Amino acid sequence: MPGTEAIKQNKSNIVIMGCGRVGGKLAAMFDAAGHKVTVVDLDAYSFRRLPPTFSGTALIGDGTDEDMLRKAGIENANAFIALTQGDNRNVMAAQIAKHIFEVPRVICRIYDPLRKDIYEQLGLESISPTEVFADLLFQRLSQKI
Amino acid sequence: MLKPLYIVIVGGGNIGYYLSKALLSQGHEVLIIERDIRTCERLEDELGSCSMRGDGCETAVLTEAGLNRANVLIATTSHDEDNLASCQVAKHRFKVPRTIALVNNPINEKIFKKLGIDATISVTNTILEHVEQEIPAHSLIHLLTMSGQMEEVVEMTINRESPAVGKSIAHLRLPADTTIALLMREGERPRIPGVDAVLKENDRVIVLTTLDSERNLEKALIG
Repeated sequence: MPGTEAIKQNKSNIVIMGCGRVGGKLAAMFDAAGHKVTVVDLDAYSFRRLPPTFSGTALIGDGTDEDMLRKAGIENANAFIALTQGDNRNVMAAQIAKHIFEVPRVICRIYDPLRKDIYEQLGLESISPTEVFADLLFQRLSQKI
Repeated sequence: MLKPLYIVIVGGGNIGYYLSKALLSQGHEVLIIERDIRTCERLEDELGSCSMRGDGCETAVLTEAGLNRANVLIATTSHDEDNLASCQVAKHRFKVPRTIALVNNPINEKIFKKLGIDATISVTNTILEHVEQEIPAHSLIHLLTMSGQMEEVVEMTINRESPAVGKSIAHLRLPADTTIALLMREGERPRIPGVDAVLKENDRVIVLTTLDSERNLEKALIG
């Protein structure tokens, strides 16, 4: 997998779009592991989710904006993860990161499983939390019953 | 008339509405997909049953809209990311031959083209082009300034009122440090004019001059 080497060596540049529960948590985890993390979110209030120990960068801005991504250091990023609430925003930002800035590893959250399938076919590495969580619940319940 | 097309429009705002009206009157089959129920009802009242409520990025909604027989999809919402998603889903899932996206932020035009959208329309750029056309052409356009020197290259257009019309270059009262370097006339190749070349209306000339002589040059060529 491209970009994996730098991530394994704990010194990669990681740009995260969306500082919600998942984005904030992921940023904190990578930061604690020694990576250089930049989080972008439209709402400054969302940065409260970052721990006091967070040593990365938090930027207010729109991650679907090319100039904003440049400011966030996308040109030197090893990985980009799109984690906003909007599937389309995630998809657009992830495609800009992958096709315009050629970031080696790009992962995109897409809630809608059907849309996820389409973008997976288009070569965008995507995760549908809807699918993952439904699967998990189904498996657990199937075991216990 | 050309063969009527089945055109699906995502977004029933002002652009979607007037676009549908025009396309319907041209005899095309039009369906508007709109998220807001009130807007849907208004569209229904004004245009008849040619709208459908739903999210124009969702595969299920687009299937219901019969997208696999659509000839064109036009995404007209005010959110660029939604327009991009609608067009991409239409193109890759339903093989719609032509997808057109409205681009709100002009910077996205380039990105959309790179991501495979057939045509983009940037409202901002369109207005900008018109503004530039409406503004009367500048009589003197600066093309180049030689760095560190006073010399410069400018472009000028000879208009009807110009005192230079019908005169040869030798008879123009050009400043001494000024040379007409190139003459561009419609239907002819640009050429270096001799002193006996006679200027006509609508001729464009490239002139080598100095900052100090600019005003006298304008007097001689434009009046």
